[in-house]
Formats: sequence, C-alpha cells, structure tokens
Amino acid sequence: MKKVTIDPITRLEGHGKIEIFLDEAGNVANAYLQVPELRGFEKFCQGRPVEEMPRITTRICGVCPSAHHMASTKATDAVYHVDPPLAAKKLRELFYCAHMVHSHIVHFYALAAPDFIIGPQADPAERNILGVIAKVGKDIGLEVIRNRAYAQDIQALIGGRATHAVCGLPGGMSRGISEDERRDFVEKGRSFVEFGKLGLKLFNDLVLSNKEYLGLITGDVYFMKSYYMGMVDSNNRVNFYDGDIRVIDPEGKEFARFKPAEYLDHILEHTEPWSYLTFPFLKKVGWKGLVEGMDSGVYRVNSLARLNVADGMATPLAQEEYERFYRTLGGKPVHATLAFHWARLIELLYAAERFSELAQDKEVTNPNIRTIPTATPDEGVGVVEAPRGTLFHHYQTDENGIITKLNLIVATVQNNPAMNISVKKAAQGLIKAGKVVSEGLLNMVEMAFRAYDPCLGCATHCLPGQMPLEVTIRDYKGNEIQRLSRGLSGRI
Amino acid sequence: MPRLKLALYWSASCGGCDVAVLDTNEKILDIAEIADIVLWPVAMDFKYHHVEAMADGGIDVCLFNGAVRNSEQERIAKLLRAKSKIMVAFGACACFGGIPGLANLTNRAEIFEQSYIEALTNDNSGRIFPQTRTEVAEGELELPEFWDTVLALGQVVDVEYFLPGCPPPVDLISKVVDALATGQLPPVGSVIASDKPLCDECERKKEDKRITKIYRPHQIIPDTERCFLEQGIICVGPATRGGCGQRCIKANMPCRGCFGPPTGVVDQGAKMLSALASIYDVKDEAEVKRMVEEIVDPVGTFYRFGLSTSLLRRKRM
Repeated sequence: MKKVTIDPITRLEGHGKIEIFLDEAGNVANAYLQVPELRGFEKFCQGRPVEEMPRITTRICGVCPSAHHMASTKATDAVYHVDPPLAAKKLRELFYCAHMVHSHIVHFYALAAPDFIIGPQADPAERNILGVIAKVGKDIGLEVIRNRAYAQDIQALIGGRATHAVCGLPGGMSRGISEDERRDFVEKGRSFVEFGKLGLKLFNDLVLSNKEYLGLITGDVYFMKSYYMGMVDSNNRVNFYDGDIRVIDPEGKEFARFKPAEYLDHILEHTEPWSYLTFPFLKKVGWKGLVEGMDSGVYRVNSLARLNVADGMATPLAQEEYERFYRTLGGKPVHATLAFHWARLIELLYAAERFSELAQDKEVTNPNIRTIPTATPDEGVGVVEAPRGTLFHHYQTDENGIITKLNLIVATVQNNPAMNISVKKAAQGLIKAGKVVSEGLLNMVEMAFRAYDPCLGCATHCLPGQMPLEVTIRDYKGNEIQRLSRGLSGRI
Repeated sequence: MPRLKLALYWSASCGGCDVAVLDTNEKILDIAEIADIVLWPVAMDFKYHHVEAMADGGIDVCLFNGAVRNSEQERIAKLLRAKSKIMVAFGACACFGGIPGLANLTNRAEIFEQSYIEALTNDNSGRIFPQTRTEVAEGELELPEFWDTVLALGQVVDVEYFLPGCPPPVDLISKVVDALATGQLPPVGSVIASDKPLCDECERKKEDKRITKIYRPHQIIPDTERCFLEQGIICVGPATRGGCGQRCIKANMPCRGCFGPPTGVVDQGAKMLSALASIYDVKDEAEVKRMVEEIVDPVGTFYRFGLSTSLLRRKRM
C-alpha cells in the first residue's frame, strides 16, 4: 500500500506525525495520528513531596502550565483535606480566567483564523497570522497582542511568572493582591470583554456569513458523533475552575454526572503499540476501537464538549452567544468538529466576563489567603477545565505527604482517539482515487486535528504560522515515488 | 552586516521556552529585523530536509531548548550542531536536563510499566507497550527509541553558550538578541546570567540566624521580608545562579534552582547541602539525624533542574 507521511506536524503539545495509507486505487484505507513522545512524569514524581507537585507538573506543558498548576493545587488541597479561604479560591479563579483568555486568544488568532479568514485552500504563503492581520487590519492585530500581553502580565503578577506559576499551595495562595492591583485588573477586564465581543463579530462577519465556510463547518468531512465530557457548576453551566463532571451521549442525553474524585468509575485508557499516547475511553461504554457513535466509548473534551454538556453560560453576553450558536447549528448536541473554534470564542467571552466579575469583587484583596493544613495527608483528586479539556490530577501519598502514586489524565490525551478518527475521516473524505493530493487538501486534513487546539500552536501568535509539511508517497515496497514538501514560502 | 540565519528548535521540553520567546513581544520584531529564521517547527514551515540541504555552518545561531531523551532528538541535535556556527542551550532542560531529567531517577522499563500498566486508569491486560516498529494491517508504523537516560544538550553535542531558566526571563533573552545583533559576543562557554549566587541579589533581610527546624512550604506562612532559609524554609538560592529577577521569591515562594549552579560550583546539590548544614544549629548526632529526616526529598529539591549534569547524573542501573 502507498503511504503518505506528514512529518513533522508541529502544532501539538509534543511532536506528532500522520501516516495515511492509500489502497491500490488511491483511496484512503486508513490513517494514523502518532505521538512519538513520553516524559514519564507519573513515574519520576513518585517520592517527591506532594506540596511540590504544583511547581513540578507545570512542566508537563509550557503552553497551558496554569491549568496544571491549578489542577495540581486543588489535588493537594484534597490530599491534605484542607479548605482554602474564600479569597484564595477567588484569587485562583481570577488567575485562571486570565490564563484562559491568553490561551484562547492565541489559539484562535494564530492557529485557527488563517484557515477561515484566509481560506483552507488559499495560497499557504498568506495562510498565516500575518495574512490574517493584513485582512482584518493592523489595529485588530495590535489588540490581539495587547490583550494577550495583559493576560500574561496578570498571571505573572499573581503567580510570580506568566509561564510556570508558583502561587498555589495546599490550603491557599502564596501571595495576595493589593487594591491598586485589583483596580488595574478591572480596567484590563473591560478590555478583555470588548476584545471577546470583537472575536465573535469577526467570526460572524468573516466565517459564518460565508456560505462555503458554513458548509464546511456543518458538512460531513468534519462531522463526528461522540460522547462529550466537561465541567459544570451546580446550575449545569460551564465552569473552568470547579464543579462536577458531566458526560452526555451522542444524542445529547446526560450519560453521567460525577464528582472529580469519582473519575476512576468512568475513565479507562487503552494502549496501542504505534503511539506513546494512550487512548482514554468511557469505562461504562467500553473500548470498541477507533470508531464513533453510541456504542463506542470514545468521548471528546475541549470547548465544544463543554458547551454541549452544559445547559448554558454563567455570564450574560456569553449566554446570548451560546443561544445563537445552537440556533445556527440546529440544536444540541453539535457534532461538527470545526465548531470547536466558534465554541472557543464564546468561552473567551465568558472568561473575560468572569474575570471582570471577580476583579470587581473586593474579596480578592482580602489578605487571608492561606489555611495551614493540619490533617494527615492521604489521597486527593484535583480537576479543572484546561483550555484543551478536562484535566485530572490524582495523587496518593504516605502519611508524610510523599507521593506514592500519581495519575494524570491530560486534556489533549482524551481527544487522542477522536483526533485519530477525525483525521482518518477527513483524509477519506478529501483524498480520492485519481485526484491529485494537493497541499490544500492536506491542509484540510490538518484542519481536522487543528480544531482540537494542538497545544504548541499557541507559540505561533506573531509569526507566519503554518504546518511544516512533508509528504512522501511510496509504493507497496516502500520505494519513494513522489515527494511533496511545503517550505516557509508556502510553496510546494 | 548580513542578516543572520537563526534556527529555533524544541526537543524534550514543554513549550514554555517557545512561549518565553514570544513573551518578548515587540522584541520579536527586532529579531525579525536582524535575522532570517530558517527553522522554528512550532511557528514556521521549515522541515528537517531543508536543514539537511544546508551547508555545514550555514546557520549562524541555533537556540535549542529541551533535553535529549530519544533517538529522534539526538539525530536533530547532531544535525543542527553540524549546520550551526553557534549553538545556544536555551533554558534549563537544554542546559542541565531540567525537570524531565528527574526521570534519571528511574529508567525506560519502569516508566513504561507505570505509564502503560500501573496507572490507575490503564486497561492493558495484554501488556501492550509502544514499539519502535509496529505492523498494522496496511503497513508499518515507526516511533523513535525512548532512552533510559535524559541528557542535557551539552552531553550530546558541543555548545557555545548557555541561557538558563525555566523558562529564561525576557530580559536575558533580549540580552542574547542584542549580543547577536551587535556581534559583541561573550567568550565561548559563557552562561548568560549572573556569575554569582541568587542570594547576592536577593532583597530579603538576612540576620545570620541559625535554624533548629526545617518547615515545608505549606507548613508555615513566611514573612515576605525575611530570608526563607532563616525562617526554616529550604530555598535553593545559595546554590543557584542569579539573574532570574527573583520571580519566585517575589511571589513569596522559595527558589528551586532553575538557573543551575553559579560559576565555580560543580554540583548544585552538594553546594546546597553544605549551605543547609552551615545554617542548621546542630550540637550532636541526634540533631544531625533529625535535620536529615526533615529534608524530605533531597534529590528532588537540590537537583530538581540539574540531575542530568550533576555528579550523580542518574540512579545506578
């Protein structure tokens, strides 16, 4: 069989590679998304003191370190059975909303927007963030940079550093904020909300108003029926920092609702020999292979999943957009993989509104932000919604608080089965016998996993951001018969 | 002056170093002014075969972040070394192995067992492990070989400069860019940071007080003005190079050593142990024993970022 290799793909947190196998006629027989990386945190964290986990596990991902910092900090609270003061919880959520703003800005504007605002099969030389700025105007480009910088500055102020924050401890936070700092946050919050509204207006004007793009979003190539998982508050609204985990089935019915500490009843991980990444699935449905539908335990996390499992958004402007989203796409649940992007923009507005609410709450300046733990440490689970989906940290310790066992279920890993299915489906829908495998088509295969927000793409926010791409077509004996590559110029 | 050819690469790392480059904000434009970026897999469209096609020495500067822990990373490190006139170990992982280097306390077999068998959510009674080659129905799939030992960049290839930090702070990244822009490069082997320990620039009050008990960070609310060590909290400042801007200390958390040892210190952990011993008030053997017991994780605290390049290097296999 002919093999089409896309290597390296780089907008994943970790290196990735796609192998597409073509049958004799030239149709896609199968496609694999391989992840060739493993660092072994779950092993080398054993023997470390649990209170150091928030400062070690951030290094799992330098693009969403604050998600690991918060999940880890919450897990240490649970290990020590300590309830942090209200001000500490609010300060953590404030910090975390700023992180969501940073991450969602970068993903939409640098990674996703080029495919829509410039066009999925447009000249790849223009299909990047610079092309986006040229099209939407430099003023908007500067707003992107300014608001992301604000979000980084806020994290650095509360957490010590924008990347790899150090503020979280079992029982609270290491440093409080002053009244002057709070007032500055209120100003920045206003800017975030305006910027969040702008993103949805741009999406409306440039994507949804374009029939071709709307057709792509709602069409078959990027459609996938699956279960969804996400965190909700007590009113079943989206929450990033705290709540219960809710799962819905492909028809939209509630399949499970559980406390973070009960996750072992609901999730298992399958292993394949061709990837270092595991394949999580719903325990009560079971692993049926890389297939979609009601009988397959494959589920999805991240923005679209969060909106699908929730009954609404907790802030007014985001709620309006939530209603418009489902009105436009034909009701719940939405299975259109490209709708992850739209959902992400609605969440950006929610994060901005929620940040503003918390910044206006004077409680965040209350200096009482630490409770010293007194109970004997044993075991705890901490969960947040990372930008890329539900993130579980589970620690077991000895009576001295030293880690004996650690289990991490990371957002992107949970989408690993779904990304494989989406890539295969897009490849099968786009690459056909007798049709030239063009760069544009391959970009559209890439769009299938780009919707899931591959982590390192965050870094592309101010430089030409395209997938370095190399495609080798071989005959069944492995002899190279055709080689396509795309350089910086974007030319093949 | 001709435009520089610049490569940025990430290896066994988290992506935080790449974000740090972007956090220079407007400085990025300065970089674009002086340099053509010829490789930056996270942001740009060049591939390995473009680099392979270049003449040896065809790249002026390579900023390499991440440790080296598998066969593909070694191949790319050697390729970039051959093509680059100047190789910069960018960030703690490339300089000293970083936090991924803590995996040297274990080995491949143990990591695989934990990741694919023992983790609480594993469903793997067939004991399936990732393989370098796998036959699937349609053909063969390959993965790089995962090593037992995590290495720093300098343990794989020669390195001209070291920029420490996890991630390096923006002002030091700017310093490197300015040095490249003006061509005023420091002597080969330089570390782009202070030569002195962090304590020398720390603004906290020191009273030469001796301690009788070690507290873990969650056990005490520290005074924001006083030296952490003198409050009984382990702070790796005495054994760590300065230049970080005291980011953690200003957030009222002690140093964990991401800048590596200062100039003249061979082993960061040994230096820290000696600093602790000199401040801990011990009169007899029982008190020494108590002190040792109070240091709950010496290797993970004193060698958090530097195990790969320390005298210990790794657990005996």
